[in-house]
Amino acid sequence: MIPELGHFALAMALAFCAAQMVLPMLGASTRDARMMAAGQPLANAAMLSVLVAFICLATSYAVNDTSVANVVQNSHSDKPMIYKITGTWGNHEGSMVLWVLVLTLCGAAVAAFGRELPSVLQARVLGVLGAIATGFLLFILFTSNPFDRMWPPAPDGQGLNPLLQDFGLAVHPPLLYLGYVGTAVTFAFAVAALIEGRVDAAWGAWVRPWALASWAFLTCGIALGSWWAYYELGWGGYWFWDPVENSSLLPWLASTALLHSAIVVEKRGALKIWTVLLALLAFALSMLGTFLVRSGVLNSVHTFAADPARGVFILAMLGFYIGGAFALFAWRAPAMVPQGVFAPISREGALVLNNLLLCCIAAVVLVGTLYPLFLDLVAGRMISVGPPFFNLATLPLALPLIAAMALGPLLPWKRAALWPVIQRLWWAALIALGGFGVALALTGAKFWPALGFGLGLWLIAGAATDIVDRIGLFRQGARIALARAKNLPRSAWGAAIAHAGMGVTALGIAGMGLATETLVALNPGQSARFAGYEWRFDGVRDAPGPNFTARRADVSVLIEGQVAFVMTPARRTFPVGRMTTTEAAIRTNLMRDLYLVLGEERDGGAVLRIHHNPLAPWIWLGAYIMALGAGVSLSDRRVRVAAPNRRSAAAAA
Amino acid sequence: MSDLAPRPRRRLLLAAPLGVAALGGLGFWYMLSGLQNGSFNPRGVPSALLGRTPPDFALPPVEGMSHPGLSSADLRGLARPVLVNFWASWCVPCIIEHPQLMALQAEGVPIFGVSYKDRAEDARQFLSRRGDPFTRLGADPPGRVAIDWGVYGVPETYLLDRQGIIRWRYAGPVTAEIMNEDIKPLLRRHA
Repeated sequence: MIPELGHFALAMALAFCAAQMVLPMLGASTRDARMMAAGQPLANAAMLSVLVAFICLATSYAVNDTSVANVVQNSHSDKPMIYKITGTWGNHEGSMVLWVLVLTLCGAAVAAFGRELPSVLQARVLGVLGAIATGFLLFILFTSNPFDRMWPPAPDGQGLNPLLQDFGLAVHPPLLYLGYVGTAVTFAFAVAALIEGRVDAAWGAWVRPWALASWAFLTCGIALGSWWAYYELGWGGYWFWDPVENSSLLPWLASTALLHSAIVVEKRGALKIWTVLLALLAFALSMLGTFLVRSGVLNSVHTFAADPARGVFILAMLGFYIGGAFALFAWRAPAMVPQGVFAPISREGALVLNNLLLCCIAAVVLVGTLYPLFLDLVAGRMISVGPPFFNLATLPLALPLIAAMALGPLLPWKRAALWPVIQRLWWAALIALGGFGVALALTGAKFWPALGFGLGLWLIAGAATDIVDRIGLFRQGARIALARAKNLPRSAWGAAIAHAGMGVTALGIAGMGLATETLVALNPGQSARFAGYEWRFDGVRDAPGPNFTARRADVSVLIEGQVAFVMTPARRTFPVGRMTTTEAAIRTNLMRDLYLVLGEERDGGAVLRIHHNPLAPWIWLGAYIMALGAGVSLSDRRVRVAAPNRRSAAAAA
Repeated sequence: MSDLAPRPRRRLLLAAPLGVAALGGLGFWYMLSGLQNGSFNPRGVPSALLGRTPPDFALPPVEGMSHPGLSSADLRGLARPVLVNFWASWCVPCIIEHPQLMALQAEGVPIFGVSYKDRAEDARQFLSRRGDPFTRLGADPPGRVAIDWGVYGVPETYLLDRQGIIRWRYAGPVTAEIMNEDIKPLLRRHA
């Protein structure tokens, strides 16, 4: 009964979304206020219907309803309850339902928070969001219905991929979807602007919070995915340039560029066409990721069960949305007159540089990801592109980007001179150079990690300079500075925090460049010395879990003969999925990770792999600081509701 | 007058995203239809080399390793069927398949490795850390030989019978299932 209810709710949602696609759009073009007003209740109704469907699916998983094919394929009665529920979106069908749920939530949010928007713009945005949701609901209902029944019911489910039975991976997809779907909202704004044929400062102000929010979620999602790879794959690496990882990085790069260029639209009324294009691109790239992951054209460890028929459907949808949007762009954008000639040395000039470099990096990653596919198709030759290419090709672009990141926020708008800014940054440069020198000396002349330390410090010191400068800490004394700090716009704080977060990540990556590891074979009672600790192997024992069996090693870590702590790396075997996963033991003190993996066992002894990863947690910490910066910026009332533009908004309506 | 000249060019420029997207879409469409009729497969099955001997090549050994290198002469007139495995230390799926290679090697199956686009020291470190399943190991830093073999990506594994004819190919990590259900029966059949 519950699955049928869910199926019905999905069909209802389709009807609401189809209406949401048509009515407000028609209303906007005929200036019919009643039809436009239909958008808001329809968006809410669609959201509620999809929510009901999602709850029904989650319930089927929670009670392990083995008459539902999707549950049978992906769940098992032995699984802990939390992974039964997270299993709802650990598979293709369920994740699509979650995707549409997030999309309709965003639609409802545009309906609820967008009251400041001109009604025509809001109606068109809702219409575009309705169109996207309609496509995806059709996709779910026709090619991947999660509520399909099977008869007779299976005795039990086949189990979830053990790699996915993990907390990080339970939270990672929803965050990433929030990010992807956020790009759908900026896309809808861009399409609405193209239909309207006008982009103004107010438009930039409305797009920016959505771009910021989606960027923050993407940042968190990517960081979480990378953290998962770090602790679950048992390899000690954090980024593999896997095609699936790349396809989440691409929309991140595009939306990073977008949220910067939206500032230029808002503050200077320039870069309009470019910003619209970026909004289209960000969504196109996140859809491309969906296509690559789900159609089976890629060969990756992360892909969902591949089905070319689904691929054809997604491609058709992509053709409609992305092709349609680009066609609209080619048709309407020439009418938008470019304006605002500006000097290369200015805040907007720096933002253009930022955009160029980010887009070049995105292009490099895109080409590296797709080149093997297309070469195979065109020339029949098969090659693969690995980390050596990506590292070599993105580094020369990332270095000037980071170097300019500290300069940009200090440049004034319109016309600036580089020299005064460099003068204000002299101490940041001194810290960076000092950090570089000290790192070079301490690490035994390892150039790249040392450069990473220098750049990380440069970013953090640059962000600090920006704040210190704005509040005039050294010019006016502490009390006035404190007062000015309170009045400083939160968006300025947010930018500084996010830039500093990037610096923290850079430091983490540099630290990982100094990671060391060793492989030791020990018998119980024996110990090895590594990274300044004594590692005593106490033995291996069986450790049964709810739906797996495990071998768990006890390793005491000794400092000066005293047991400081015990680490327990394990290897889990899942009988249902016939898979083994490594559970690395990680001990962190935020300055370094001790990372211990249990290898083969031989007559009572075991092989242990020990990693010492300096500053490893900073990689993800930095990403969360970046997201925090976006959050602080979003809490700025002026960003959130575009308050200073209220008058122009009224004029536009 | 002067702003009339650049206008068509600007129009063309603004239509460029549409063109690129259309080309990409067309390519993906061909890939998908190829996936359905089997002419395109990212896991790369119907190799032109199946049923034939591999192309001529000669690879030097990996620097600092005791293994001899690998050349096409080593793949003729074999005592028993062999596996040829293309791998790299930077490839994650290669770690997944590594235990299976070790298990096959323990059963006495000769495995010839090709170190694909890898640095000698990284390859050495990988093998000393995880165990070394290879009898021979050729270094192919530019990936030239891999292109001649039609390697899609690493890891990729070929099975050659005693005459040195390629009988089987698999792109992707050799899992326990592939080992038990594909490789072992083939080894028995061609033994």
